[in-house]
Amino acid sequence: MKVLMFGWEFPPHIAGGLGTACYGMTKGLAANGVEVLFVMPSASGDEDQSAVRIINASDVPVDTVTASVDEFLGKVRFVHIGSNMVPYVDPQDFSKMVEEERKRQIKSFRVQYGQKYKFSGKYGTNLMEEVARYAMVGATIALQHENEFDVIHAHDWLTYLAGIAAKQLTGKPLVVHVHATSFDRSSDDKIDTRVYDLERKGMEAADKVIAVSDLTRNIVINKYGISPDKVVTVHNAVDFSGRDNLVVERGVKDKVVTFLGRITFQKGPEYFIEAAAKVLKRCNHVRFVMAGSGDMLNRCISHVARLGISDRFHFTGFLRGTDVQKMFALSDVYVMPSVSEPFGISPLEAMRSNVPSIISKQSGVAEVLKYAIKVDFWDIDAMADAIYGLLNYNALSEMAAKCGYDEVNTLKWNNAAYKVKKVYESVINK
Amino acid sequence: MKKSICMYFQVHQPNRLRLYRFFDIGKDSHYYDDFANRTILRRVAQRCYLPTNALLLDLINANKGKFKVAFSISGSVIEQFDRYAPEVLESFRKLADTGCVEFLSETYYHSLASLASPTEFRHQVMKHKDTIRHYFGVTPKTFRNTELIYSDEIGTMVYDMGFKTMLTEGAKHVLGWKSPNYVYSGALAPDLKLLLKNSTLSDDIAFRFSDRNWSDWPLTGEKYLGWIKAAAQNDEIVNLFMDYETFGEHQKAQSGIFDFMRYFPEVVIKDGEFEFVTPAEAAKKHKPVAALDVPDPISWADEERDVTAWLGNDLQNDAFNKLYSVLEKLSMIGNEELWSDFGHLQESDHFYYMCTKFFSDGAVHKYFNPYDTPYEAFINYMNVLSDFILRVDDAFVVSDANFAAGKKTATAKAKTVKAVKDTAKPAAKTAAKKPAAKKTVKKKETK
Repeated sequence: MKVLMFGWEFPPHIAGGLGTACYGMTKGLAANGVEVLFVMPSASGDEDQSAVRIINASDVPVDTVTASVDEFLGKVRFVHIGSNMVPYVDPQDFSKMVEEERKRQIKSFRVQYGQKYKFSGKYGTNLMEEVARYAMVGATIALQHENEFDVIHAHDWLTYLAGIAAKQLTGKPLVVHVHATSFDRSSDDKIDTRVYDLERKGMEAADKVIAVSDLTRNIVINKYGISPDKVVTVHNAVDFSGRDNLVVERGVKDKVVTFLGRITFQKGPEYFIEAAAKVLKRCNHVRFVMAGSGDMLNRCISHVARLGISDRFHFTGFLRGTDVQKMFALSDVYVMPSVSEPFGISPLEAMRSNVPSIISKQSGVAEVLKYAIKVDFWDIDAMADAIYGLLNYNALSEMAAKCGYDEVNTLKWNNAAYKVKKVYESVINK
Repeated sequence: MKKSICMYFQVHQPNRLRLYRFFDIGKDSHYYDDFANRTILRRVAQRCYLPTNALLLDLINANKGKFKVAFSISGSVIEQFDRYAPEVLESFRKLADTGCVEFLSETYYHSLASLASPTEFRHQVMKHKDTIRHYFGVTPKTFRNTELIYSDEIGTMVYDMGFKTMLTEGAKHVLGWKSPNYVYSGALAPDLKLLLKNSTLSDDIAFRFSDRNWSDWPLTGEKYLGWIKAAAQNDEIVNLFMDYETFGEHQKAQSGIFDFMRYFPEVVIKDGEFEFVTPAEAAKKHKPVAALDVPDPISWADEERDVTAWLGNDLQNDAFNKLYSVLEKLSMIGNEELWSDFGHLQESDHFYYMCTKFFSDGAVHKYFNPYDTPYEAFINYMNVLSDFILRVDDAFVVSDANFAAGKKTATAKAKTVKAVKDTAKPAAKTAAKKPAAKKTVKKKETK
């Protein structure tokens, strides 16, 4: 079986957990005997350099890339499209970001995105135009490779149009994969209706919709009006192959409680800060770390300073590569206080590093984890209580670390990919 | 009596911090970006300190004692001169030898200690005094606080340290209708004379000199003297206070700033209405006309002329409070290295980098600023400070343990000495009583 997959990011150039998910999924699919032709907007062209030979498309808008033969990636081919497309932003922010990047004024932005895509200014700064352009290019690719795939798989709204176009031109079935919805990116009354329309269009045109959690599945059904029997939940997994836990020498004797993720409204960083202040009132052998970057970073820094806890609350900026693992290795407690999290892969990484985790009940990952402490994101008292317990009661933290480690090791992409493959089969044989 | 022109130049460079990550806390306690500090200092030395010092020496010699200036040189920059450009120290020494240059007193680390702790403030002023005496062979008699920060309270502290004259800003919100071109006295310390900066005239050189959009560009000695005359028509003294880096660094050599400075003294001296004085001479020459009420601190920075450039937002306040919270512990530890780092972390520049008032005074704030945003400045500073606090805590525990151990051995020693004395005395007194003593002991035992 062969699949034409529309994605937007792939390791190592990732801004969030979605590139990682795509990577794990393609590997899992390969293990299940599914070949993947991966199309993505990119101007960097150094994804997984060891395994993929990349021909850069700087002047030509479309270029095909053939992967060298490798255990898994032999079955995955990349197609790069020169584009400014960046996930996690709404159209308004996008034009602002492009403008800012051009002026090279905001460093946090540069850190997060600057190395991922080159903003040449060659292409339009309007995100909606980019989406449309990607759709046209995607359709062209679909036609070019018409005989090389049986099913189309599109990840999140930026690629839905491409998926729809490809389906219309080739008549092949379409599966859209919902990693996040407009309702996760902002509160109900402030959603971007243009994005919502695109999402809805994609879901309606699809033969099957895959949601990353029941939480997301419910949103798809209730807020987008998609028929329940068309929506399938496939929980994400996590891929730890070829990774040993880092041993890092600690500089501080204090225990470390970590938040790691984009610092945006969706991730609930301010609840973490409030909980930290509560814990610090009770014990002083602890430090809090907020790792990551995002539009709420500066606000959070001010918040911490206003609470007068900045000698015990540290910011690291955006972490990449081994720094992420290093951060987990230094942590004693991991907290994911997301206000809305379709899935949330980071607690799995933490637990894999033997770090006990506290996750919000409003996250998809809460559906699959037993050995994580679950609290409501808004309940800072419960959160502070859980942090305090894990810091001070060794029996609790030891059990959470040990069982959590075993638990995440059972979440395999091969299993998740098998479910995805079943979805493919159901639409192909229809 | 001739009217006075009093020129004072501020010489200071901070010890900029290196990029200090959270991961470094507790592992690496070198905080400074030595490369940047060295590069900037060497650059400013070449562009400003060395050529301007040479120019001033020429002017002093040429005018046979009629041209005078004053410097305030922070301890932080003296340390850097010593390390990276000792020839600058030598050139200042030559200026000191002419007797026409006054060296002012300030806080060693160019710090905000006057707003935090009287003891730390005094400590740094004394340290700076010793340093100036050591390097230039003169004892400073006039005080100028970091960034000309002044309040009635600070004035009292300064007076109590033995200074009779102090420099500050002629802040409009304090002066009201009054003119800065007189000598004033402190409200709480009536014997402390205050010299106030004439902002307009000082800024004409410091900020506007090379601005071609300025309607008065280009500035000449004659034009400038005309303004001074107009400003001080009925007044006594014009105080021109500015950063020394104005010459050759803020205002580049090609702007003609050096030529301006070369001819300006001559123009003034030939004209004869004004004479150059040092701050100490000015204080002797002029009587204070009134007391100046300054309940809240003023400074020479920004439009507001207050201390909000350093302590104006949550970030700055928290960092400031956390920094000075270690003072109590530190004062019980005699660790030179810790004290030195504590001093360098107090440099006002670190707080200046965290300023969020970018829009109105951005140009000055960005100068020499190693950070892109105040938030980055804050994060970096707090990471460094966290490591520093850890070291202080460790040293405190050790010194506490030593103290306790010392106390024990001391009391133990005292006891043994006492015991020796006790045993020695009766033994020497009477050997005959021995049997009786034995008896009593036995009796006691039997009881």
